[in-house]
Amino acid sequence: MSETLDRYRVSTRRSAELALLIGSWLIGIFAWILVDASTGKSSLGGWTTLISSGVLLLVVHAVVRWQAPYADPILLPCVAALNLLGLAMIHRLDAASAQRAAANGTPQPTPDVYAQLTWMLIGLIAFIIVLSIVSDHRRLQRLTFISGFVGIILLFLPLLPGLGSTVNGARLWINVLGFTFQPGELAKVALTIFFAGFLVGRRHSLALVSTKIYGIGVPRIKDVGPLLVVWFTALLVLILERDLGTSLLLFGLFTVMLYVATGRRSWVVIGAILLIIGGALAYHAFGHVHTRFDVWLHPFADANGEGFQIVQSLYGLANGGIFGTGWGQGYPQLVPFAKTDFITSALGEELGLMGLIAIFLLFAIVVERGARAAVATRDAFGNLLAIGLTTVLGLQTFIVVGGVTRLVPLTGLTTPFLSYGGSSLVANYVIIALLIRISNAARAPELSNLDIALRSDLESS
Amino acid sequence: MIRQINRVTAVIIFLLLSLIVNVSYIQVFQAHDLRKQAGNQRVILTEYSRERGPILLGSKAVAQSTPTSDSLKYLREYAAGPTYAAISGFYSLVYGATGIEREENDVLAGNDSRFFVDRMQQLLAGRKPKGGAIRLTIDPDAQAAAVKALNGRTGAVVAIDPKTGAILALASSPSFDPNLLSSHNAADIQKNYESLNTDPNQPLLNRPLAMTLPPGSTFKLVTAAAALESGKYTAASVLPGPAELALPGTDKKLGNWTGKSCGANGKVSLKEALAISCNTAFASLGLELGASAIYDQAKKFGFESSFDVPMTAATSHFPVDPNESQTAMSAIGQFDVRATALQMAMVSAGIANEGIVMRPYLVSQILGPDLSVLQNTTPLAFGRAMSSENANVLRDMMVNVVSAGTGTNARISGIVVGGKTGTAENTPGESAHAWFVGFAPAEGASIAIAVVLEHGGGATEVSGNALAAPIAAAVMKALLKQ
Repeated sequence: MSETLDRYRVSTRRSAELALLIGSWLIGIFAWILVDASTGKSSLGGWTTLISSGVLLLVVHAVVRWQAPYADPILLPCVAALNLLGLAMIHRLDAASAQRAAANGTPQPTPDVYAQLTWMLIGLIAFIIVLSIVSDHRRLQRLTFISGFVGIILLFLPLLPGLGSTVNGARLWINVLGFTFQPGELAKVALTIFFAGFLVGRRHSLALVSTKIYGIGVPRIKDVGPLLVVWFTALLVLILERDLGTSLLLFGLFTVMLYVATGRRSWVVIGAILLIIGGALAYHAFGHVHTRFDVWLHPFADANGEGFQIVQSLYGLANGGIFGTGWGQGYPQLVPFAKTDFITSALGEELGLMGLIAIFLLFAIVVERGARAAVATRDAFGNLLAIGLTTVLGLQTFIVVGGVTRLVPLTGLTTPFLSYGGSSLVANYVIIALLIRISNAARAPELSNLDIALRSDLESS
Repeated sequence: MIRQINRVTAVIIFLLLSLIVNVSYIQVFQAHDLRKQAGNQRVILTEYSRERGPILLGSKAVAQSTPTSDSLKYLREYAAGPTYAAISGFYSLVYGATGIEREENDVLAGNDSRFFVDRMQQLLAGRKPKGGAIRLTIDPDAQAAAVKALNGRTGAVVAIDPKTGAILALASSPSFDPNLLSSHNAADIQKNYESLNTDPNQPLLNRPLAMTLPPGSTFKLVTAAAALESGKYTAASVLPGPAELALPGTDKKLGNWTGKSCGANGKVSLKEALAISCNTAFASLGLELGASAIYDQAKKFGFESSFDVPMTAATSHFPVDPNESQTAMSAIGQFDVRATALQMAMVSAGIANEGIVMRPYLVSQILGPDLSVLQNTTPLAFGRAMSSENANVLRDMMVNVVSAGTGTNARISGIVVGGKTGTAENTPGESAHAWFVGFAPAEGASIAIAVVLEHGGGATEVSGNALAAPIAAAVMKALLKQ
């Protein structure tokens, strides 16, 4: 009987996930121990951090096993490895801040790594909640317009007086009960759901060409109206908040989703033209955009002023070279915002080119597995949602890492899973939860276990 | 829709791969240039975190790094304070490095490619990488004698081994204490640097290598060499030596420092003219030889060339296309002739070494972190300045200067010393520079020396003998262990 049964049973590959998760955890432990060894401190708090993160990951694994047994086994271990590497680097930068305070005789700063660990806990709880509540991703389609509304509201929140706060010239944060939160990070998830839901119903009418302008087919205004409203509102808000990174990310996301939904390349052309026009307008209209662009072209022209961040970042990468200085052996603390936007240059300095390639490949694997779920799922909404969420992760990584390595102009964004920052971590764990849910639907057998059992009974009788 | 998803995925993966290409370019190809960028603190911080190798004299360290408890893990210390400052230079957090500290930084900091194997071994053994060491050619006794004899007066001493070019003493006075600039306190360093930099006596100036001065009568050696090499003159050749020589094309007259004519009836041999430093005889000799002959001879001794010892010494010059009166003045080391003390020591060394001028150098050995020898410096000839016969003739003429001429204060009992005094007039009203160049012992000389005291005092030929020659004698005695 078992032989016949096995023929119908799809391997869940949960043991592979467990083994990989343990591997990720060991990488994190190893990194942490090396940081402690080179900074000459071994903290008891460190061990509680490592053990609690391990326990958390085990719990999450158990929930996946129970709630989404056919889910992709690679996604979770990849992001766990990134998250733990980020924790180790934040711990290492905490050690640098503590050393500096000791040298200057100023009071010891509170380590950020415990706050980040707390956010990891919250992120994983959000992961569990999303995975458990959203038992079928197709249900999200019902929330299309609510998601769009919530997305816009979230983007608007930091502009409200008394709630929003301005950090480094950008108004992206809100203060609630002493916590700061970046609602834009969650807005990108909500808006992806809205776009997937909106486009899946109208993709055929959107693909219809009513008029042609300069040989490019343009859809009817009543088909694209709501889309453009949300799109431009989002971009307007981001411009008011001076958040270049999120503007670019959402713009790229919308273009990609329109292209996937309609299959028309004209959307990519239109998107590219709008990007160039918008970029040119922003360059002339906004001083900060102008500065960012000039610094990108000539970082050393004002190495101690506007170019300071990027120049320090490049020095850090150069200091790391191919093999890196090793944990705790470099000077990543010299780069401003090393724990957040510039964590890639911190990792590049201490882990070298080899470490960075490994990290970028982890991101590439996440993107590939996300895309695999997008391709394999059987409903159009799932296709669109999965590729949208995957695009958010991949594009955000490219925009911020490309920015700090001077491949593209610098726009502020957090590096998914690596950077210090709660909202980003929570939002990205929600994205992974949704991708795992969709991959589960994609890989689960169309027949339930009961069907298989019944059929095997028939065959054996 | 599936086809579009695959395309989008391909684009995103391409973007992520472009990140890899970009960081590869930065971390592999651009890294070297970025590390060299001025204002890149990491280089200094990395260097300070590693034990910098010592600068050695024999087995004694002139400069060495000692561990500290602050964030810059090692402090650079100069045990002898100002004594070797002109050689070691300083190693400063704020002002970078000078001297050997700068020129041999790759070795001292351990970045030199020769240390690749060492560094790999250190890495595998889990030890902190350490820099290599530099061993100097300096003789500590000669250096101490030079500093003591200069006694804070403004001037320079260079002693070299004529056979090899190894620099045995290199003193600049007044000097500075490199420890003042090598501390870990940026504010102190800045304060100390400001006060040294604004000091009118310029203690930070490396006088023996960087300061070019009119060499005065010591340049008569070059003119004499040109005369002998022309084949038209011997030591016995008779020159006119009137009390005054009318300078062609001007209404000025050149006189002798004694105010009298040289020799009987204003006639003097070349040998005697050098011994009594007869200006009119050498000026007319210069007019006879012509400027280009003297220029060529000067060039063969090292004028117009740049020498890296490894610090780059200033280039010494003989004027280009001087007119007749200028040629006459140049022939006695006045007008626009400018020479470093190193250059004048090389002239003396070339004569003592049978006409062959060696390239001067300060580093005798490059050592690994474990003090094993990685490289011995091979002495290099700069070129032949004179035939050995003519060089020996000029050498004997210089011995005569010390035994029977103007350089009597350079005598050392039991050793045959050769030399030439000089007093270079410069700005009218200021006292002249006092020079002495020489060698010892005359046969197979092991030391050639140049001493200069800026504005040493007095305006007569006496000051070279009175002020500079005793310093030369003291240093040579120390070297010959007398």
